[in-house]
Formats: sequence, structure tokens, C-alpha cells
Amino acid sequence: MTATALLPGLLRSTRRRSVSPTLVLAWVVVAVVILWAIAPGLFTHYSATSGVPQDRLLPPDAQHWFGTDQLGRDQYSRVVHGSIHSLSGAVVAVAVGFVAGSLLGLLAGSLGGLVDIVIGRVVDVLLSVPGLLLSLTVIILLGFGTVHAAIAVGLTSIASFTRLTRSEVVGVRRSDYVEAAFGSGGRRWSVLFRHVLPNSLGPVLALVALQIGTAIIAISTLGFLGYGAPPPTPEWGLLIADGRNYVATSWWLTTYPGIVVVVVVLAANRIGQSLGRRGRQGGSR
Amino acid sequence: MPRYLLGRIGQAVLVLWVAYTVTFVLLQALPGDAVLIKFQGGDINLTPDQLEQVRQTYGADESVLQQYFQSLGRLVTGNLGYSVQHGVPVTKLLAANLPSTVALTALGFVLAVVIAVAVAFLSSLSPFAWLRRLLQAVPALFISVPTFWLGITLIQIFSFKLRLVPVIGGTAAQSLVLPVITLAVPISAPLAQVLIRSIDAVSLQPFVPVLRAKGAGPNWILWRHVGKNALLPALTIAGVLFGELIAGAVVTETVFGRTGIGVLTQDAVNNQDVAVLQAIVLLSALVYVVVNLIVDLLHPLLDPRLSQKVVLAA
Repeated sequence: MTATALLPGLLRSTRRRSVSPTLVLAWVVVAVVILWAIAPGLFTHYSATSGVPQDRLLPPDAQHWFGTDQLGRDQYSRVVHGSIHSLSGAVVAVAVGFVAGSLLGLLAGSLGGLVDIVIGRVVDVLLSVPGLLLSLTVIILLGFGTVHAAIAVGLTSIASFTRLTRSEVVGVRRSDYVEAAFGSGGRRWSVLFRHVLPNSLGPVLALVALQIGTAIIAISTLGFLGYGAPPPTPEWGLLIADGRNYVATSWWLTTYPGIVVVVVVLAANRIGQSLGRRGRQGGSR
Repeated sequence: MPRYLLGRIGQAVLVLWVAYTVTFVLLQALPGDAVLIKFQGGDINLTPDQLEQVRQTYGADESVLQQYFQSLGRLVTGNLGYSVQHGVPVTKLLAANLPSTVALTALGFVLAVVIAVAVAFLSSLSPFAWLRRLLQAVPALFISVPTFWLGITLIQIFSFKLRLVPVIGGTAAQSLVLPVITLAVPISAPLAQVLIRSIDAVSLQPFVPVLRAKGAGPNWILWRHVGKNALLPALTIAGVLFGELIAGAVVTETVFGRTGIGVLTQDAVNNQDVAVLQAIVLLSALVYVVVNLIVDLLHPLLDPRLSQKVVLAA
């Protein structure tokens, strides 16, 4: 299902039943955070990297919504400017998982046989190692950094994308229109990419939204451990790691960035859940 | 049954072997070199000849294929190689660090199960729709909280604000309280979700109205009949969550400054101590495989219908 194919269904569903308020809120949160990432200047006029020394460690007030840190930098501004790092990291990570996973799933589901078995075993191994340790293995290999952390996180989501795409492909492949496409002389690969893949993608899109939330947490965890973006970057995990040194006196340094992460992840998960529900209702399979 | 058992064990061993091979290939492709990192920086400046000697003692001078088969052979006999950074066998490092991590993860898992069961059962027993909806939202919230931030926030509230748990110098039990909660909360979320869903599914089955018609109360039905039947899917996901426990322990130990596998992992990543990281990855894969094997073997015991199928298939 492509975006244009989703649109009529979306319109129809909003007309049929009342829209859930939490879902609207989730979309608003996501929209605001995306705006933070695109145009941080619209939301704050403070610099994210240079501070005012005499304003250091101020508690939250009308001037500094989230307080200031040990160098007198406005914490709210750092969170706003940091959103680009967390969001782009999560998008890269999910893109890696989505592309690699759905290709592997398509191959396993459509070719079957030995290919299916080998891919199935690789997925077993990917699932048997906890995500964080898998990421650390990739990071020890590639080195520290924002992009490396994103790739490392993406690798951990390949297994679930592969499994889901494979099961969808197996289901779609047996349907009448695919048989008809083969019957009317379609070649294997053209049928796969023009009919099987687009029709298998619906539930996979729901997984994309869910994985974005998971990836934001994973990337901030790597940032917190010091394997992501280098220090002056206001990446969310790094912000919380910095604030940890002042945890006894300046609670705002860790609390506010953390709440932002929780709210964004909640919103992404809520959207993923709604997409998944519609996928299940829409498909008659 | 024996044939099924052998097949499952063979599958488990295969997963471990592939995991080992993949980590070996990945980590051998490293551009850096742990020997160089340890022996060339700082004041120890070794000549190239001396470096070569060090390499020989670690077996780093042989061809990759030779190294692979040698270390695979050693692995079978329980030798996981040497940590270049610490200069001791990896098994020794693991043995020294495992007990505290095992204590943390075991308690964390128990608490996660308690939280999940409490949330799921309370939400299905709750007489009010709003309370039910609130409780059903709890797993969604728990799953969205980063472990490291939860730990820091708990320290903030219970150690610094309320002064209930000392930051340093508490008893062993006191020092475990906050880490165990930190570890348990994110793990409990998927467990609670699955429990809620399977309790809902089981409640729709025809035997529930029959029990109600016979006069059983909702408490009795939930604990004696529905709960028992809802356990099976939860057991399956519990096996998967064991791996997440180890990952959670890495973060939790870092936040609370506890020694254990977590600190060992961070140390290994910082110093490119490949042998140590590989051992930890293999250990977690082993735990995952063994736990899932046990879960699979337990299924027929909990659900007699499954054992009949196995007998028919064998």
C-alpha cells in the first residue's frame, strides 16, 4: 500500500468513526518535534552550544523553560536543537532495518526452499542476541559516531522486518491476483515488485512507526553510554548523561529531556498501533 | 518425543554456532587491533619485534581460518580466549562479574512478572471502565521509558529528594532496590501487554459463560480458569525477554555504578577487547537459546493438547 492508496482509506475511516483524541495528540507531538528538527529557530532564540556563564544551573522559569546547564546554556534550546539528531538517527536506523529486512523477507517468502531456510536461521541468530549487545558489536566494528550508532540500531530491527515481510509475502503470493499476474505472462521479478511487495507492505508500515519509537530509545541509550554523537552535540541521550553529574542539585537537567523522549516515543507507538489496527481491519486475509 | 527433543537441541546448537561464526567474522574484520591499543599508547613503546612477540602469545599472527578453527575448538572445551586489556582468561572475568549480574537480573525478572501479572489481572477485574483503560495504558507508558533515564529519575526521587535509599554505602539489599525496579519496569511492559491480550481472548471462550452460569464469581474464574489458560502466550514471550534482561542489566549497572557484566561490556567496547565482547554476546545467545528450549519443552506440560500433537508427529 503506497501513501496515495492509504489516503482514501484514511479519509473514509475518519468520516465513519470519531477520531481518538490520544491519536490526534500523538500526531500533534510528532508534528511539533519534526518542526523542532527542521526549524529550531522558530521555537527558541537561545543558542544550543554557547551559554551565558553567570546564568549557569538556573532552575526552570519563564525565561528558561527547562532551566540552564552547568555552562549557562538554555536546556530547552538544547532539547529543541537536539531533536534533529535523535530523529534523523531513528529514521536512518529504521530505513536500514526496513530496506534490508523487507528485501530479505521478500526473498525468503517468494523463493522458499534453501534461501528461506538460510534467511530463517540468520533471523534466529539476530533474535537470539539482545539488541543493545548487537549494536555494541557493530559499534566496536565501525567506531563511535551518530551515523554508526544509527546503523547499529538499524541492524537490530532487521529480524522483525524480515519475519513480518516474509509472512505477508507468503500470504499474498497465494492470492488470486498474483496467480492471475503470473498467468497473464508476468515475469517473476516484475510480479514480485509490482504486485507482491506493494500488497505486503501495509502491516510493515505499522511496524515502521513502532520501530521509530524503539529506535529513538536505542539511539539515546547509545548516546548516554557515550557511543553516539560526540559531546558538544545536544543529542537527547547525551543531554541526560551530562545532567547526571548534577543529579543531586539540578533535577531539571535530566528530568525534562527524559520526559520529551518518553512523550515522543509514546506518540510514535500510538501512531504505530493505530496503523496496525487499520491494517488488520482493512485486509480481508 | 526424544526425536523432537534432539531436533530442538540440534537447532539450538546450530543457532549458537552461527552466532559464534558471525561475531567472529564481524570482529575479525576490525580495522583496529586490541594489541596495538593496549601496548602502543602511553609510556610503553614496544619495538615492532616486541609487538610481534605479543601477537604470537595471543595467537594473533596466524591466518584467520586457523584462528577460527582453533578458537572454535577451544570454545567447545570451555575456553573463551584471553582478554587483551586485562591479561586474564575471559572465563575468569565472566566468573568474577556474573554473580552480581545474575542477582540483579533474577530479581528484576521476578519483579517484572509480579508487575505484569498485577497490571493484567487488576485491569481485567476492575469494575470501572476508566480504571481498566488506565491500567491498560500502563504497559504502553512503561515501554516508552528509556531504562537509563528511569534509573536516574529513581535515584533523584528516592535517594536525593526522599532520602530513602542511600546513594553510597547502603547494605547489599538497599543497593539492589532501585536497580531491580529500573530493570523490571521496561521488561514488565510487553509481558503485561501479552497477558492482557490473552486474558481477553480466553475470556471470550465458551467455557467462561458456562462457569458463570454454574455460579462461579469473577475472581474464581480469573484465577482458576482464565489465568491458567492465559499463561501460555506469556511464557513464550518471557523466553524472549530473558535476552532483554541482559541488555537492560548493561544499562542499569552503568547508571548505578554496579560492577558486573554491564561494566565489563562497556570496558570491552571502549578498548576494542574483542574476546570479551564476543564471550558476552555468546553468553546472552546461550541464555536465550536455553530459555526458549525450556519454554518449548514446558508447553506440552502446561497444555495437554500440545503433547498429543507431538506424539502424533513423532
